[in-house]
Amino acid sequence: MGIGLLGKKLGMTQIFDEHGNIIPVTVIKAGPNGIIQKKTVSKEGYNALQIGFDEIKKVNRVNKPLTGHFSKAKVAPMRFLKEFKVTPDDAEANDAGATISVEMFEPGEFVDVTGTSKGKGFAGVMKRHGFKGAPASHGSHEFFRHGGSIGANTFPAKVMKGKKMPGHMGAKRVTVQNLKIVDVRGDMNILMVEGAIPGPTNGYVMIKKAVKKS
Amino acid sequence: MNEMVDLIEKEHMRLDLTEIHVGDNVRVYTKIFEGDKERIQVFEGVVIRKRGGNTRATFTVRKVSYGVGIEKTFPMHSPLIDKIEILTKSKIRRAKLYYLRDLKGKAAKLKEKRD
Repeated sequence: MGIGLLGKKLGMTQIFDEHGNIIPVTVIKAGPNGIIQKKTVSKEGYNALQIGFDEIKKVNRVNKPLTGHFSKAKVAPMRFLKEFKVTPDDAEANDAGATISVEMFEPGEFVDVTGTSKGKGFAGVMKRHGFKGAPASHGSHEFFRHGGSIGANTFPAKVMKGKKMPGHMGAKRVTVQNLKIVDVRGDMNILMVEGAIPGPTNGYVMIKKAVKKS
Repeated sequence: MNEMVDLIEKEHMRLDLTEIHVGDNVRVYTKIFEGDKERIQVFEGVVIRKRGGNTRATFTVRKVSYGVGIEKTFPMHSPLIDKIEILTKSKIRRAKLYYLRDLKGKAAKLKEKRD
């Protein structure tokens, strides 16, 4: 619950704190986000705010149904839209057409950041699940990065459900919790959080107040 | 790198320190905090490596102390560095002076550069 912010990962760097320690930080361009639609219990059955990020400069690239959707709230067309479920009070306080910015956060607060992790393709068990692989010496050959046995024979006579096996890795929704905000730059729309966040540089992310810290 | 990230890094850079080069004989004064007391520690040696850009840059100083080689890497823009003194400059032909690690005594001496 609670409204969040949409942004874009710009990359990582490091800065010094007051004690001279090096802090790894991720720089996120967050906001300004336009509120595009307000959903209410009476109309849609739940309270939510749809917000958008990353303005589309070439308006002719936006199709007609979406143009109508944006013009209804009198905001510029945006690329990245997300809906946040909010409390009735929050829904009351925010209206479609308004903008929200990074100033909703303060340095020292904790946030959860959600993004789409980098795709790793079809990965083996060592990379995907952290298996140890097989011994490299003592006569082993052609069997180095395998997962070993996947189960017994006569009983249970099948491979158990959920068995960790090779397969597609990454490119899925990942949330990193409890990241500390190091700096907020209202004039540049920049948020700096301590540590890494999911996804590649220029990937879209969602920033919310930390669930476990409030 | 993103322009915005570059800008933020530039803000945290220390431009007041003396610019050093590989091969320089330097004296690095670092602040050390013990409880609430502060004192200055000096490390003197030759700069054998400079790496990284903007705030991420570091440099490594090597000295031989009682016959044991000691190397210390400092973040170039750390607020803990009080000052850097350049004692002498050297004529060098490498960007990284790792070969000094294998040399001892007179062979490990660099030719001094005089202006």
